[in-house]
Amino acid sequence: MQNINKSFFGTRVLKDVNFSVRPGEVHALAGENGAGKSTLMKILQGVYTMDSGSIKVAGESVEIHSFQDAQRHGIGMVFQEFSLIPELTVAQNIFLNREPKNKIGFIADRDSARRASAVLQSVGIEIDVTAKVSSLSRAYQQLTEIAKAIAADAKILILDEPTASLAKHEVDALFKVLKQLTASGVSIIYISHRMDEIYQICDRITVLRDGNLVAVETLADITPQEVIAHITGRKDVEMLTHDGRQIDRSSTPTLKVTHLSAGGRVKDVSFDLYQGEILGLAGLMGSGRTEILRAVFGLDKKSSGTLELKGAEISIKNPRDAKGSGLALIPEDRRRQGLVMEHSVSANILAANLDKLSHLNFLNFTKIDEFSQTAITDFEIRPPEADRQVKLLSGGNQQKVVIAKWVATNPTIILMDEPTVGVDIGTKVEIMKLVRSLAAKGNSIILVSSELPELLGVCDRILIINDGEIRESLMRHEIRDEDHLQLMVQGINA
Amino acid sequence: MKTKLFTRFDWRASFIYWMFALIFLFFAVLLHADGFLGPNNLLNIFRQTATISVMAVAMTLVIACAEIDLSIGGVAGLSSVVVAITIRDHGAVAGVLAGIGVGLLVGAANGLLVSRIGIPSFLVTLGMQGVAVGTAALITNYAPIPILNDGFNRIFGSGSIGKFPSVIFWSFSAVLIGWITLTRTTLGRRILATGGNRDAAEFNGIDTKRIKFTVLLISSTVAAIAGMIYAGRLQTGRYEWGTGDELSAIAAVILGGTSLFGGGGTIIGTLFGALLVGLINNGLILAGLPVSEQQIIRGLIIILAVALAKKK
Repeated sequence: MQNINKSFFGTRVLKDVNFSVRPGEVHALAGENGAGKSTLMKILQGVYTMDSGSIKVAGESVEIHSFQDAQRHGIGMVFQEFSLIPELTVAQNIFLNREPKNKIGFIADRDSARRASAVLQSVGIEIDVTAKVSSLSRAYQQLTEIAKAIAADAKILILDEPTASLAKHEVDALFKVLKQLTASGVSIIYISHRMDEIYQICDRITVLRDGNLVAVETLADITPQEVIAHITGRKDVEMLTHDGRQIDRSSTPTLKVTHLSAGGRVKDVSFDLYQGEILGLAGLMGSGRTEILRAVFGLDKKSSGTLELKGAEISIKNPRDAKGSGLALIPEDRRRQGLVMEHSVSANILAANLDKLSHLNFLNFTKIDEFSQTAITDFEIRPPEADRQVKLLSGGNQQKVVIAKWVATNPTIILMDEPTVGVDIGTKVEIMKLVRSLAAKGNSIILVSSELPELLGVCDRILIINDGEIRESLMRHEIRDEDHLQLMVQGINA
Repeated sequence: MKTKLFTRFDWRASFIYWMFALIFLFFAVLLHADGFLGPNNLLNIFRQTATISVMAVAMTLVIACAEIDLSIGGVAGLSSVVVAITIRDHGAVAGVLAGIGVGLLVGAANGLLVSRIGIPSFLVTLGMQGVAVGTAALITNYAPIPILNDGFNRIFGSGSIGKFPSVIFWSFSAVLIGWITLTRTTLGRRILATGGNRDAAEFNGIDTKRIKFTVLLISSTVAAIAGMIYAGRLQTGRYEWGTGDELSAIAAVILGGTSLFGGGGTIIGTLFGALLVGLINNGLILAGLPVSEQQIIRGLIIILAVALAKKK
């Protein structure tokens, strides 16, 4: 890919980016969220059209305008979950929409099962091809995706965070398959945030930052510290120069979590949260950050552990209990879990506060109007129209509606999961300010974020999460800079 | 890493057969003296469920595609009167063609509204149900139209081949064609893919709009044929034939083990689902229960069966 340019609504997200993969190579593509990785890959798959630039496959210029075009040129994408039909078998999925047929035109399932087995064997994947995909674990579904791409003669495979939901031994199995693939000449583009995996499996690395190509290196010639410096760049944003505030940690903690375990993804987690404190959970995707919040909030079943609220033990079995105890969770996927997109701003804010705004189950519209106007002013929701459908708002303002809704319930503890995903930079700063002001009012906040600058910008204390466990608990002033935190998150000693 | 590790035993898949056997045995013991096991009664069960099983086979394809067709009862009624009028005026061949024409027309309308305009099939076919029944009542002025063509009546329902009533051949042909379509053809595979995960199906280059159009076209056309079976068996076309059949057909499909959320489907299960509904009706009638009690018990058995078969 040469001199690739792409703009969205006047913002250049890729600037003259060059990217190349050699035959039989595993090439890492790294960068922060929003650096342009996924835009670049979507151009390669035909989902987006580039503004200018050229793409060559095996030396020949190609035009890619659709997913089918990409497939024809041997570019295969390993989707996280999209492309498999759960109720069909592995073999049926591999040959979906190009099924082998017998003489009278009926589908020859035995033939496809045999051919699927052969493909799987050639890349060293052991799966029963007659098993339904819905009965397979995530790891095997992913291997099925890979096999499907290979069966369609893919010469270049794109894997996006393939290990995010895999256990350790499954990662090893995946890497074995990838090695076998490269040995047969397949090229792999490996998108990942995990340095240890990149060093384990990849040959070269390309780093993007703010839509610019900043480094192409052989991994043998570059240290993880240097890679991270390329990824983060030298930022001196005001947000980073936060020092952590004085928190009184001598009193009884607002929330005390002891020996919390849940569902294999949260392992014996204990921590305290004090009044007015902002506690950050830092970890890679799939490290168990979100699951800790879910377990505390009663969304996932706890297998062990106790919760204490201001010294008194409480039982939270479901989100209603949590809400009753003064907790609020602002979920990661606001479109699906946080908002009713078709409803107005005011109806959404209202949803969590019905008791307060009604009398004998009848809605009090005067109160509702006042209430939503106050929320709109306090949280600077734009445009300031209570009747506007939430789907017509920008991502950042949608997020403010979610926060406003939960804050209005007067929670003492607010759990936030990736509050700034998909939010423009200006609104990001506003949301961060909002988080600070909530804490200043005495709320306690647990903040999960993949954006390390964000954590560094507001947190008083940061827990490093890895594989469902707390690895480290650091006061803000103990963390030098973003690189330092990144290395901690990656599990590399600094 | 062998099969056993990845395919858990799915007792729900065979649930309908256990249920069927259980209720069959129950009636066999309880209603022995009333002639439940007599060959005539058993043939009766098949005869009474023929139209439902024909429509339920097509409904399986619709539900596997994660759509629904509530207009089939109305289409059956409309087809029966259009066939009766056309036979009276132009003969049997024209009658059959007109009946199929009704099915294609309504099916195409349903399909276009769902696939091109994007209205949920639940709403489109709910409305179409009323349009079909109303049209049938309007053109006949609520009156039954007798069918005097012997050939037509024999083929569609009243006749028999050897000892077997001809309606049974209709239902078995429907089951056979439906089974082959769903398990052995690319159409069937595309239906399952569309119902199972529409985005994924699109990524695999499947025109899911066309698939949705096709299943609704098939469903309506099959309903029109079911209307002809009513007309042949009762030697009359009447707007009321088929009323409420969409619910019996959906019950048969769900009892048979097809998920209401699409992506899966079993035609043989559907056949047994339809037979189970017929079996229950037959047993309750033989037991001499009044209609009101029959309705209550039938409703409860269906709810219980679906609750037991529900995925946990």
